[in-house]
Amino acid sequence: MINDTVLSLNKLSKRFGTVVANESVTINLKRGEILSLLGENGAGKTTLMNMLFGHYMPDSGSIQVANTQGQLKPLTLGHPQAALDAGIGMVHQHFTLAENLSAIDNILLGSENLFAWRRSMGTAREKIKDIMHRTGLNAPLDTIVGKLSVGERQRVEILKALYRDARILVLDEPTAVLTPQEADTLFANIDIMAKDGLSVIFISHKLREVLAFSHRIAVLRHGKKVGEIATKDADEKIISQLMVGADTPATPREPLTIGAPVLQLTHLCAAGTSARSSLEGINLTVSASEIVGIAGISGNGQSTLAKVISGLTKPTSGELAIDNQPIHKFTPTSLLKSGVGRIPEDRHHDGIIGAMSVAENLAIERLDSSDIQQFGFLRDQELKLNAQNLSQKYDIRGPGIEAQTRLLSGGNIQKLILARVFEASPKLILANQPTRGLDMGAASEVGKRLLQARKRGAGVLLISEDLDELLALSDRIIIMHDGELHAAPSNNRAQIGLLMAGEVS
Amino acid sequence: MEILEILLSENFWAAALRIATPLIFGVLGALICEKSGVLNLGIEGIFAAGAMAGWMAVWLGAGLWTGLLCAALTGAFFGLIHAILTVPLGLSQHVSGLGITMFATSVSYFTYRTALPQVSSPPRIEPFQPLDIPILSDIPFLGPVLFQQTAMTWLALFLVALVWWVYNRTPLGQALRAVGDNPNAVDAQGLSVYGLRMGAIVAGSACMALGGAFLTMSAFDAFFFGMVNGRGWICIALVIFASWRPGKALLGALLFGAFDAFQVRLQTEVGAFVPSQVFLMAPYILSILALVIVARRAEYPRALLTPWFKGQR
Repeated sequence: MINDTVLSLNKLSKRFGTVVANESVTINLKRGEILSLLGENGAGKTTLMNMLFGHYMPDSGSIQVANTQGQLKPLTLGHPQAALDAGIGMVHQHFTLAENLSAIDNILLGSENLFAWRRSMGTAREKIKDIMHRTGLNAPLDTIVGKLSVGERQRVEILKALYRDARILVLDEPTAVLTPQEADTLFANIDIMAKDGLSVIFISHKLREVLAFSHRIAVLRHGKKVGEIATKDADEKIISQLMVGADTPATPREPLTIGAPVLQLTHLCAAGTSARSSLEGINLTVSASEIVGIAGISGNGQSTLAKVISGLTKPTSGELAIDNQPIHKFTPTSLLKSGVGRIPEDRHHDGIIGAMSVAENLAIERLDSSDIQQFGFLRDQELKLNAQNLSQKYDIRGPGIEAQTRLLSGGNIQKLILARVFEASPKLILANQPTRGLDMGAASEVGKRLLQARKRGAGVLLISEDLDELLALSDRIIIMHDGELHAAPSNNRAQIGLLMAGEVS
Repeated sequence: MEILEILLSENFWAAALRIATPLIFGVLGALICEKSGVLNLGIEGIFAAGAMAGWMAVWLGAGLWTGLLCAALTGAFFGLIHAILTVPLGLSQHVSGLGITMFATSVSYFTYRTALPQVSSPPRIEPFQPLDIPILSDIPFLGPVLFQQTAMTWLALFLVALVWWVYNRTPLGQALRAVGDNPNAVDAQGLSVYGLRMGAIVAGSACMALGGAFLTMSAFDAFFFGMVNGRGWICIALVIFASWRPGKALLGALLFGAFDAFQVRLQTEVGAFVPSQVFLMAPYILSILALVIVARRAEYPRALLTPWFKGQR
């Protein structure tokens, strides 16, 4: 039974303007198979799946899907309804749930006769309960989705597809928002479903989970399929070579002697957007030549911590000292002046001003220094010179230093921010999710720069959801959960994962 | 003492319900549009168009109910323009809505003037009469308040129940709520975002036009310039006050109606000491105050004002 093909993508191509998103990609999927689609950001994974689900119209190529009798039939392209009818279910990276409806209403949305005068949910509820029982995917059905956790929302998304009798399930980066334990549970459930005959495609760029949970791996690079390999024959080295096309050696960490403290938080409390993200009397020290990694699921106080250190939020009690000087005035300027360099979480929104030029954004944190301005007027020549130097030094590419910054790619925006931060030689660098959404090349550049700063003698507070990144860069790891900090007892992934989920022994 | 007397008189509450009726239509219409994610600032103009169309149909010899149908269709027409501009074309909902208001108002006045070039006093029609329901209208207090209203007030109350039922008990209501929260959810389930939103705007606008028609076909018996007098804008505020819930929308409209009926009566009592303009302002000021208190907790439809385009996510 495992040999019959349920899906075949034939030479699919898609262009957006002059950018080639996919070029002649051919992929086959068998019944009960778990295929993982691997590739860097911008490799064309999501575009490919959006074509399969009818969100995008391919420029050329065709798709065939097996019907319930197992015969391959061509799929009408460009219509989500056709994909749904053919038994394809997709779980998007950004959930497509209405937060003001209950879980069951979201699952039933679109499956009922729209103009019925009343709803009869009895049989539907039975069917969902049955699916939950079979697959182990449990979620509270009558709770408003806005009140569910991320993991629960994801299960609702999958239930939504299964309720529509999906025989092919596509998951777009399903573990990006989950704790390691939640991710393991998810894959265990997927395994049960695959044994039940469901075919699964999951998109990922985490090598570990791809190797652990898939049957076959297809690798995309620059929109083309560059390799396909049975998981049992693959290892991390082979795949990462396929993904980036060349070896990217991990940056070596030199052993350094740790210096004097540059950041000290004492019994610090601060209000966050929710009780969970409020800081409750935390103590933290970051010393010179040290990278301290903060692990944790987002929303557990990391943003509040970052806001306090950037001067955007005033702590309700406790003390904060930079380089042994207690801070009393919590404004962005005062913290910047006392030696904090900030790499913000949302680089597009908080890191740059998109409508201003690259040159202006590079100088924006030191507009009062005399080489940039004179008598309150900007010195245009110096501004450009400064930008030219930094663009070269930090390899910022784009339409030029006069161009609007929003036209730059995510990786280049991050390089711009790095240039601005590192050139000021800060004593403390606050790096909040510095590699989120960056491809491997750009991410390793960020890691290299942080290690350089550490060598120079700066202290780095690295907040990240990517455990691999934290393990590679940090001198020590602290886990943040529910607004509290817990030092990691070891670099053991499972132990850190448990602490991230709040299981303090 | 006089204040208490006013509040206890049946004739005060009957007036409050009467004043509230066009607002109930308007606030329901605005609610239907906004719950799907589209603000419809065309409401003020659609009121005028509905008032004009309903009155003119009857004046030309149609029956009252046919007149109402004409008003609703006129509202639906202007709603369709707004829907095309804001949904598939994704233009600014504010600009389009204000444009519709100016356009619909002017077209109504223009039509009136063209039909009746030289009339000094507006021609009258035979409006809806109070439904004198035999036994029920004799109940003390409740009788005169409830059972001597015109059929349009009953239609408004029926629509509140209908809208509540649709949003809470039918699949269509779930889809309409979802499209105002996350259109991608609707699209991913194979429903049409454009269809739902445009349908909601057309239906909501038809409802608004009925509010206008009440003015010419029930409250007064003629059409004159400036008769809408900001009622549409009040409805936009009342939707927020109501947190986009039909039941609370009814409450909000009644509250405003009560303020207004109260100020008229208070004017005759203490009008000698206080300028009359203060009383005219009162309902609006009280509405703003109520809004300030309630709106801070209001849960907006998350996708309100955000256009959605197919194939772009």
